Amino acid sequence: MLVSSPGWASGQPTPNPNGAVSQEVGAVAYAQTSQRAQYMTRSARRDLRDGLLFCSPYILGIILFWAGPMLYSIFLITQKWNMLVPPEYIGLGNITRLVGDPLVKKSLLVTAYYTFVGVPLQLAVAFGLAVLLNLDIKGQSVFRTVYYLPSITPAVALGVVWLQILNPQYGVVNAILGWFGIAPIKWLFDPVAAMPAFIMMSLFTVGPAMIIFLAGLQSVPPEVLEAATIDGAGNWGRFWKVKVPVISPIVFFNLVMGIIGSFQVFTASFVMTRGGPQNATLFFVLYIYNQAFELLRMGYAAVLSWVLFIIIMVFTTIQFALGRRWVYYGGEL
Amino acid sequence: MTTVNARMSTASAVKERTRMSRAARSRRIAGRGALLVLMIALAVAFLVPLVWLASTSLKTSGQVFIQPIEWIPNPPQWDNYPEVFRRLQFGRFIVNTLYVTVMGTVGSVLSSLMVAFGLAKIRWPGRDLLFALLVGTMMLPGIVTMIPVFIMFKQIGWVGTFYPLWVPSWFGSAFYIFLVRQYMLTLPNELNEAARIDGANNFAILWRVIVPLCGPAIASVAIFSFLAHYNNFMGPLIYLSDNNMYTIPLGLLWFQGRFGNFWHLVMAASMISVAPVIALFFFAQSYFVQGVQFAGLAGR
Repeated sequence: MLVSSPGWASGQPTPNPNGAVSQEVGAVAYAQTSQRAQYMTRSARRDLRDGLLFCSPYILGIILFWAGPMLYSIFLITQKWNMLVPPEYIGLGNITRLVGDPLVKKSLLVTAYYTFVGVPLQLAVAFGLAVLLNLDIKGQSVFRTVYYLPSITPAVALGVVWLQILNPQYGVVNAILGWFGIAPIKWLFDPVAAMPAFIMMSLFTVGPAMIIFLAGLQSVPPEVLEAATIDGAGNWGRFWKVKVPVISPIVFFNLVMGIIGSFQVFTASFVMTRGGPQNATLFFVLYIYNQAFELLRMGYAAVLSWVLFIIIMVFTTIQFALGRRWVYYGGEL
Repeated sequence: MTTVNARMSTASAVKERTRMSRAARSRRIAGRGALLVLMIALAVAFLVPLVWLASTSLKTSGQVFIQPIEWIPNPPQWDNYPEVFRRLQFGRFIVNTLYVTVMGTVGSVLSSLMVAFGLAKIRWPGRDLLFALLVGTMMLPGIVTMIPVFIMFKQIGWVGTFYPLWVPSWFGSAFYIFLVRQYMLTLPNELNEAARIDGANNFAILWRVIVPLCGPAIASVAIFSFLAHYNNFMGPLIYLSDNNMYTIPLGLLWFQGRFGNFWHLVMAASMISVAPVIALFFFAQSYFVQGVQFAGLAGR
């Protein structure tokens, strides 16, 4: 109970010399709150009932779609199951397979490459666009709309278009490279060029991060900028020494969300390459999908999901730990 | 004293700025012009995928491969669009998508309003714990539950139906609830307290007092949910098997698999799938941008 918590806190027995006194105070507080609880019973009970009632969809949702499945997923770790015959207990069989599976390593490397090269570039592009959109130029709403458009384009349609744009013979990317005398690149057919192509495509869909950066830049208090001007800061100084630190929580947010999202990339590779060429775009989620729904290895796929889950949680935790060093939160000193 | 000094120095700074030399000003204008050129170049680059899509959807199969690229096909092949519907049951895909999207969006809006009300306007023990749980699940990667949830739907015989694609939305999702809750917190409590004194119960308070004031939050949730259901690819891919039940993204992929050599038709089909989203974006851009900004600023 929110109302009674202060009473309870002071009622905790404390190992100080005045222990007896604080016990007494606690007892008084307890008597008061129990009196108040009795007085409030009817409305408090109604609030509890209604609170649970209104929140019941989500409480049920957590049980049905998070807690239950996660527990079931733990059970699946030790099972071999193709969903046609009953599951079979195989102990650590799935873990042994995981350790010896070269494609696990390959798909983890592919996903790591995409994440650790792609996300910083995505953030840089999103931030650069936001800085441009924050300039005092007419027609910014048109630019904002145009930069955002690829981000709302349905992923399958976008994938189909990119297949064309990256086509080695008649695609527009190679046509543009041709103007500069660069020989045509085979892009999605070349194991070395395929991942750079995916990263390049991802730079076109940074709209949400861009809008969040823009909101951050616009939220920098003008009086802070003015104060910096008075202290002799030029444009450059104001930007790096004032604006960037003030929006560092937003950079951090975009970084965390970017990495979480990047580890779970699926649709683009499923539509465009199915993991090829030579597994160069075998993203981890695509591999999980293949194991679960092509090969019907539910137990093994559950183990792979746990691996991804743990990796994402570890990276998120590391980011929060490191974030404390460089993220500036207003009000904290 | 200090405020006076500060004011004076601000005034002199302003004066200095107005007295900026002509050279500095022209340098500034030149810089501005360079930035504008950069922004236009970027805009052209960002438009390439959509312009390519629109352009190819109006070509003949022969024109697709012509070099140099013909950006404006002459004459435009408007017949490619009816051709998509003649070759495949694309109309069916649109109806299926509409069904899933509408059911899912209605569920998202209703459930997020209800749960957000329970978290923002009713005080009850355990509320803060539930809210902490909600914020926690926003960070959890959904991938770990994909396999067990699929097995659950398989056990109750829902694989091969539309239910797994929209029923979960009726249980609320963390981000939408969070968004609506934060919005409801900005509404003064006097409103619901006054209604309570007039004898209204919580359902009446939510429906008659709070919901009419939540327009922007409802719009944001509706748009996000619409896009999420409309663009959902993984869900239909693992749950639907009958071709007649395909949604647009899945149907598009199937179309591409069957008519992969007819790029002009694939592009016309893609254009049909993209058009409603772009129309929605132009129509409701401000709610859209607000929602995204809110997500980012709430993440602080």
